[in-house]
Amino acid sequence: MSMINYASREINCKLVYYGPGLGGKTTNLEHVYGKVNPDARGKMVSLATETERTLFFDFLPVDLGTIRGFKTRFHLYTVPGQVYYNASRKLILKGVDGVVFVADSQVERMEANIEAMQNLYDNMAEYGYDLTKIPFVVQYNKRDLPNASPVSDLEEQLNPGWPVEDAERQQATPDPYVEGRMLIEHVDGTWIERAPYFESVAITGDGVFETLRAVAKSVLKTLS
Amino acid sequence: METGAGTWSLDESDYHKITEHLNGLLVESNARCALLVDRTGQLLANVGDQLSFDPTAFASLTAADFSANDQLAKMIGEPEFASLFHQGEKESMYLADVARKVILVVLFDQRTTVGMVRLRVKQTVTDLTQVFEEMFSRSRGQEGDAQAGGLLAGADDEIDQLFAD
Repeated sequence: MSMINYASREINCKLVYYGPGLGGKTTNLEHVYGKVNPDARGKMVSLATETERTLFFDFLPVDLGTIRGFKTRFHLYTVPGQVYYNASRKLILKGVDGVVFVADSQVERMEANIEAMQNLYDNMAEYGYDLTKIPFVVQYNKRDLPNASPVSDLEEQLNPGWPVEDAERQQATPDPYVEGRMLIEHVDGTWIERAPYFESVAITGDGVFETLRAVAKSVLKTLS
Repeated sequence: METGAGTWSLDESDYHKITEHLNGLLVESNARCALLVDRTGQLLANVGDQLSFDPTAFASLTAADFSANDQLAKMIGEPEFASLFHQGEKESMYLADVARKVILVVLFDQRTTVGMVRLRVKQTVTDLTQVFEEMFSRSRGQEGDAQAGGLLAGADDEIDQLFAD
């Protein structure tokens, strides 16, 4: 739930990084933390187990600039990847303004990706949120590994698209981030929309800011 | 189905009313400071002694604390825990729900007692509930996102520029 604070002149928005365990959600936040000017970020909070697995969430507030005299403050959260922490995963989605799904590209993690994606849809629906109608970006992480699945396979399994029912939105829309790809297109008599995707290697930072910028921009556009 | 979490805004007169109630609470309860946090973990206001910690991190943990306790309440068959008390050796905190939307957090030490804080918080919660209910009914009256739209309407180019490489 984005909040515009006229007293402190801030626009506050909540972004959640979701995905299977050990997929790189926390690594995304750590990279942002390491690269952003310390004046533009707050303290990073991690509620993790002794073995550094996220127990409840990681949290990092960052300022991404000023619009119309208002600071844009994004609160980045990750959820625990392990399914048995579903109760805490769900809590973090409360009031979310934008979602990044961090998929693990490794072939053997495909099942875990699919399960986490299904779980994301289910948990969002429990709050009455529709994932197809809020800013949503998919990140295919660990692209540097030799056992990474082709992006086309990941797309087919995790981001096959959803039907566009709103007549106003039924128009061919190119993906501004991937040349030649369409975000909305007419396929076999149906209008289909897909989430934008980014390839990343979170551990080196490749693709991390591209993903964050895309989802943050999309959140601000919903306010404009 | 709602599409997302929606938007709401806090204007300066709301902020003024809120801080007035919080300051009143501190005077009457002799507590050290009071913070108001929304359920998504955003800090709305804080009054009283200068904070020695990062208020943003504190706010996100407060919301998580409250959410986790809400689920615990449901597990034992309670609709909610409207208030929580965390007791420390020197510093303690008392948290109370306001209108199911925000959380009032009061930090206090040995200069007062939990009984006194609880008593005073009760009135402040009633006062703040009224402020927030007026605020939310006003946003609903403006059809949801109208206030936000007012601020960022036509800002597409500025947003593109902000995120240009």
